[in-house]
Amino acid sequence: MNPILDGIQKAIQLIFSGDPTFYGVVYRSLLFSGVATTLAALWGTPIAMLIGLREFRGKALIKSIFNTLIGIPTVALGLILYLVFSRAGPLGPLGLLYTPGAIMLGEAVLVTPLIISIMTNAIEAVDPEMMNLARTLGASESQTSIAILKEAMNGVILGNIAGFNRAVAELGVALLVGGGILGTTDVLTTDISLYTQRGDLGFAIAFSIILLLIVFSINLTIIIARNPKILAIFGRSPQ
Amino acid sequence: MTVLAELKNLTKNYGNRTVLDDVTLQIEEGEILGLLGPNGSGKTTLLKILAFLEKPESGEVKFQGETVTEKNAEHMRLRSAMVFQRTLLFSNSVYYNVAYGLRMRKLSQNAIKEEVKKALRLVKLEGFEKRSAKKLSGGEQQRVALARALILKTRLLLLDEPTANLDPKNVQIIEEVIGTINRELKTTIVMATHNMFQAKTLPQRIALINDGKITEIGAPAEIFGKLSKNLAIFAAVENTFTGTSKATDAGTTIVDIGNGVQIEATAQRQGATSIFVNPQDIILSKRAVASSARNVFKGKIIEIFDLGTLVKLKVDIGKPFMVQITKRSFNDMALNLNAEVFIAFKASSVQVV
Repeated sequence: MNPILDGIQKAIQLIFSGDPTFYGVVYRSLLFSGVATTLAALWGTPIAMLIGLREFRGKALIKSIFNTLIGIPTVALGLILYLVFSRAGPLGPLGLLYTPGAIMLGEAVLVTPLIISIMTNAIEAVDPEMMNLARTLGASESQTSIAILKEAMNGVILGNIAGFNRAVAELGVALLVGGGILGTTDVLTTDISLYTQRGDLGFAIAFSIILLLIVFSINLTIIIARNPKILAIFGRSPQ
Repeated sequence: MTVLAELKNLTKNYGNRTVLDDVTLQIEEGEILGLLGPNGSGKTTLLKILAFLEKPESGEVKFQGETVTEKNAEHMRLRSAMVFQRTLLFSNSVYYNVAYGLRMRKLSQNAIKEEVKKALRLVKLEGFEKRSAKKLSGGEQQRVALARALILKTRLLLLDEPTANLDPKNVQIIEEVIGTINRELKTTIVMATHNMFQAKTLPQRIALINDGKITEIGAPAEIFGKLSKNLAIFAAVENTFTGTSKATDAGTTIVDIGNGVQIEATAQRQGATSIFVNPQDIILSKRAVASSARNVFKGKIIEIFDLGTLVKLKVDIGKPFMVQITKRSFNDMALNLNAEVFIAFKASSVQVV
């Protein structure tokens, strides 16, 4: 039978089979990318606030640098991180290479510029007079910053969702620092690559379908969140 | 009279522009001080300095005898509260907004709940706690902003054009609240306005500000009583004109305000005069109507301002006059830009300075 049709049939069977090996991969993808996004948000939020809330010389330059880093090819970053984590590299002693930790850390580094850029824009979009509002009501400087962050919350959330999206869909970092070791450090992307090269289309197609489902539903959520009017075609009123 | 706050030789610049120029001013405890001046005169900056939100380039700010410095500003801000010209609201419920300052002061949840209820009652927004603040009407939003500041019971309250662009119902509510808290809580209030009528009735003292300098200060009767070129500068104040007066045989005065427009007033004056007419006292019609009004002029509608239930129209009769009518009348009369109309008002409606 046509290997492609065969593959699609196998894929559908796998998806509905509840096979633990298969779903283990899905779980790892979501877990590693989830932790990576959380890390990036943890160190990215204070940086975005520092940049977004003030005017200073070099602000435009720093914003441009982060913007530029968004587009870094994942495999190039993967190589850089590989060199850093490898035995000869500065973080070699940590023994992170080919462990889940490397993927989580590596993807965190990958999505940080994206999260920072989106958050900074969201913070800058908040009316700066809100800071005076908070202050006149008695807020301290840190309480004032939090108030602004709250006003920017939509952008903050969108930034995190976009970051997760990027992390879950990337191949270069996961492959080079994780190694794609079946059962430990393999994720959706590394397995799609592996199984396709092996000619095992059933698995490859199944993983692709799941990955596409994840990424498209995230993208759809972002688009609807940005423009609730789209839901109007279903007769719902936008909120 | 105790002095609550003081500005001494205060200068404030934004970049190259001097916004406040060597200003010295004392705010007396318990008073309502009106700050009257056109846009760009420095009113807002003056209020922000009194709110300890801006630092002057030179000069001193003192509050209750203490000099305000960068170090103690945050602490001092607990004693004053400012309501901004543009309504700023947190993207949250009315309750969240009004409770914000009390949360910063770490009041207990129960106490906050009680205080919010009282504050909302004061501005006639009972039951609005759960509503989304940004979804309210303009007047309601401004009342929320006011409640949010009042609830803090600060010694000093700074209001920047608190009733600008609001319909009369909201203006009345807000003016009543301002009067009440000054009487009952003895809150000292400094309010900036370019509304001459508001400046006449609420404050005990008025300071005229123009180009960053305070040009005159005194009781409203004093300021409005004497002829003052300063007041006439207020192009932003509606229906204020300067002209030359001549008495008529009938005991009235004709004031020539330029461009061939002659206004008849019942007040007696001679020589240089400033006059103003309340937009609400002017009647608009599409045809000339025979009436007792001494002042009837033909003109063209050059601007329309939609204020919800009311509409304000700028009518050019040689000089621009603002006329206020109900939305209903506006719709019934099918008015639009460039429409030819007649405005009419009585000689007794002309207020002479």
